[in-house]
Amino acid sequence: MKRAVITGIGIYSCIGKNVDEVTESLRAGRSGIGIDPVRTEYGYRSPLTGIVERPVLKGVLERRARVGLAEEGEYAYVATAQAMQDAGIDEDFLREHEIGIFYGNDSSAKAVIEAHTTCMEKKDTTLLGSGAIFQSMNSTVTMNLATIFHLKGVNMTISAACASGSHAIGLGAMFVRQGMQDVVICGGAQEVNYLCMGSFDGLGVFSLRTGDPTAASRPFDRDRDGLVPSGGAATLIVESYEHAVRRGAHIYAEILGYGFSSNGGNISQADPAGSRRAILRAVEDAGIRLSDIDYINAHATSTPHGDACEAEALASLFAEYRTPVSSTKSMTGHECWMAGASEAVYTLLMMQHGFMAPNINFEHPDTWSEPLNIVTRTSEKNLDICLSNSFGFGGTNSALIIKKL
Amino acid sequence: MDRADIEKTINEFLVEEIEIEENLIRDDALLKNDLGIDSLDFVDIVVLVERNFGFKIKAEEMTDIRTLRQFYDYIEEKVNA
Repeated sequence: MKRAVITGIGIYSCIGKNVDEVTESLRAGRSGIGIDPVRTEYGYRSPLTGIVERPVLKGVLERRARVGLAEEGEYAYVATAQAMQDAGIDEDFLREHEIGIFYGNDSSAKAVIEAHTTCMEKKDTTLLGSGAIFQSMNSTVTMNLATIFHLKGVNMTISAACASGSHAIGLGAMFVRQGMQDVVICGGAQEVNYLCMGSFDGLGVFSLRTGDPTAASRPFDRDRDGLVPSGGAATLIVESYEHAVRRGAHIYAEILGYGFSSNGGNISQADPAGSRRAILRAVEDAGIRLSDIDYINAHATSTPHGDACEAEALASLFAEYRTPVSSTKSMTGHECWMAGASEAVYTLLMMQHGFMAPNINFEHPDTWSEPLNIVTRTSEKNLDICLSNSFGFGGTNSALIIKKL
Repeated sequence: MDRADIEKTINEFLVEEIEIEENLIRDDALLKNDLGIDSLDFVDIVVLVERNFGFKIKAEEMTDIRTLRQFYDYIEEKVNA
């Protein structure tokens, strides 16, 4: 079996529009959360959100390429262009090699709702324009990126709720390890607009701490009151070790293990047993011991129940080793379909620069988080092996183990 | 709306929205071969005509239209009908 390594990363999020800005924010413990007043007017319980500026692509991409890109596709394009440049993949390389793509995405609500609104007004589908269909489908990111970058390998979207981005990386690594692809673009994208999160807000799981937005997302803290939605996109170039060495590419890390599981129970509530099974499968796949893990980037979103379940699972596996844990969602909010990919990028940046980003706003543990070694301040530390967890609606779980090379 | 205004409006949306290079805009330009308008662009032109002139292009009426001048003629005829 081949080894799957990461040779390029790109990120566009509420804490930075590139790896340098994001690294600085992670180190500073800087939150990207703010208020979107439109959400209140629209009927949201909570106007809190990650604040993400849309990139300007006119003059960067030709019109035909832009017309089909939904908001999350724009973010994904920027993150992917960064990752390809980082990996040293240019147009000549794309022309001469078969590259695949697995990207996590699980909605394109704005495009769908805007098309519906136009149709209700005009009563004529031919007035929706040529881009509506390509923006509206769940596979909008992969269909557009595969066209823009002339990809010729495996090409599909992974929809697995808030674990989409993580599963996309795991599946990309599997394709590479099996020798089916030399290079796969992996990542996750998430739209950030008032049309995409209304039904999620309606469940009453978003934080209402509007008086202090940067303190609203507080994973594992006793006084957490819900998550803050966010988004953007993150891309990783996953490549076989041999291929990367042959072309002289910089190698960040190896994807040592991928674990997955399904809770087989409640549609919205987490389950410690399912989380444990995904983590243990990743550890077995990686061929390591639990004690080998230097840092855990938790899924913890700042909801009362979800964080308690993950804390219970993590405590049962890692409490005896005092393994450091932080949830970068304390700064970014919950990047949903993108989160598994962005948190892999955040973890890689910590590994590259030798520090652990803090779980900001963690002030008081509760019964479940008390046994965990939660990182509350930026700590300099050499990180060799890290675990990144992602869990989603429907009980889908993903765990990635990454080793610095 | 007179002919000059119609041509100006069409030229503006072809340049601004469809992003056709301004120096290619000539009366005798072929829509497909000279301006590069393809079937997906035409879907967007239907939207732009409706937005700017308030009526809907019928595809069957466009079958014989090859040049920009013929397109101006068609729009002028519809606007003044």
